[in-house]
Amino acid sequence: MALRTEELILNMGPQHPSTHGVLRLIVTLDGENITEVHPDIGYLHSSVEKMLEHRTFAQGIALTDRGMDYLTALANEEVYILAVERLAGIEVPERARYIRTILLELQRIASHLLWLGTFGIDLGAFTAFLWCMRERERVMDLFEAVTGGRLHHVYFRIGGVYEDLPEGWTDRVLEFCDYFLQRLPEYDELLTGNPIFKVRTQGVGVLPREVAIAMGASGPVGRASGVAYDVRKADPYEVYDRVEFDIPVYTEGDCYARYLVRMEEMRQSVRIIRQCIAQLPGGSIRARVPLSLRPPKGEVYVHTESPRGDLGIYMVSDGSEKPYRVKIRAPSFSNLYALTEMMRGWKVADVIAILGSVDIVLSDVDR
Amino acid sequence: MSDSAHPPAGHIRVAPIDRAVEILDALPGGGVVLTTVESLLNWARSASIWPLTFGLACCAIEMMQAYATRFDLDRIGVIPRATPRQADCILVAGRCTIKMAPIVRRLWEQMPEPKYVISMGSCATCGGPFYYDNYSILKGIDTVIPVDVYVPGCPPRPEALIEGILKLQEKIRKEPFLRRRSRVGAGLGA
Repeated sequence: MALRTEELILNMGPQHPSTHGVLRLIVTLDGENITEVHPDIGYLHSSVEKMLEHRTFAQGIALTDRGMDYLTALANEEVYILAVERLAGIEVPERARYIRTILLELQRIASHLLWLGTFGIDLGAFTAFLWCMRERERVMDLFEAVTGGRLHHVYFRIGGVYEDLPEGWTDRVLEFCDYFLQRLPEYDELLTGNPIFKVRTQGVGVLPREVAIAMGASGPVGRASGVAYDVRKADPYEVYDRVEFDIPVYTEGDCYARYLVRMEEMRQSVRIIRQCIAQLPGGSIRARVPLSLRPPKGEVYVHTESPRGDLGIYMVSDGSEKPYRVKIRAPSFSNLYALTEMMRGWKVADVIAILGSVDIVLSDVDR
Repeated sequence: MSDSAHPPAGHIRVAPIDRAVEILDALPGGGVVLTTVESLLNWARSASIWPLTFGLACCAIEMMQAYATRFDLDRIGVIPRATPRQADCILVAGRCTIKMAPIVRRLWEQMPEPKYVISMGSCATCGGPFYYDNYSILKGIDTVIPVDVYVPGCPPRPEALIEGILKLQEKIRKEPFLRRRSRVGAGLGA
């Protein structure tokens, strides 16, 4: 007599210790193997696109911090103000552009550190979390000295930045860079060469290059699958065309490659920060922009490389002081759908490793 | 605290300890004994608040930072638990959408009594920056579950969260725990 088997549907989330927010995954299981994953999103839909239509261009900055990807508040501000500046044709002073680049790279380090910490927890390495948070706290201190905020900054302004850097801040950043580069080999000892970590990540959740492109996966997820695409190189903004840095690209497409890409990106961020500080010019930090800015009629699409990938904004102006329509192209949204391809055929225990390696932020997915 | 989650009085079996509390409370001088036992229990309870690992949005990041190095909530006995059955406090960290509200409510209902709620950040308290022109965010988590401590800020610093937890500890220490327990058990409400 043949053994009767049936498919099992497992519900993960929205409250689950490792769904990184309020993601709900409906996993169809055949025994212990995953046959299908259906992400149910919308548990953090903040209707930020609609709200931006009811805010003036200057007021919108505060909302992009909170309503979009909350781990990379400055990257959201950046893409929003870049769109407004291109619409209105505002020229940004050199110094402000350098300050923005330094802060964006610090933000990338902070975001990747949090990802590394939570990925460590997911795979049972609690020490990684505590270490990463220790380093992240130092980045938070640097942010606080400049912007006054730890998580939500509202520091970038249309045409520049809010205030100049405090005295001695660049020295503190350089000090942090030295400290951080000393710490990174410790992480390598803890995770990169760790046999348990390798078994759980190497060859797990492979995303082939073609699928990554078809699904629109970008950022570290795309680069781990061999898509050598980084907006900082492909379509440079701010001063990324004046600094030297490499884009780490791996072809394996597994969780381990995604981990390696992010580790290398942190090193490259330090490199960018050091060059920016060496080149930092003096002068004005903000262009003169009218308080009630009315950009001419038109539309613009701007994209930047946020720590999670290709973050874009499509903005339409009807000549009034509020945008007519704002559409956000969120990197996590595309990466989340690549997840369904990555998980098929793996064991249920690998769901956590694969989900952790993608680094989705639900606020970015749902907006 | 609302007692709408409890079924009517007739369906509840009163525990022997609650009977003892009622009898002791009625005895002359029994109140003194009861208060002493209560303050001992409250002291112990206040130093071991186990919240649910549950983050909604941005405030959850500051909450994680509070659990981690530098702030280290373990010092005041706060240890995160991954299931509501083991938790006695829920930290609502971040904005709650209308889609998420029934789930937060269910998590709260799954927690055993006595349970507490800390509303962390402006969004959980009143909707925060998402109050106006918004169709999806709940205007305050206290429309769904009863809140004990509100922590203001957008997001509150980890220090502010620690202050909120200390306030909750104060509240627990002053609570007539045993008497309230026997009243809830008898279906009379708090």
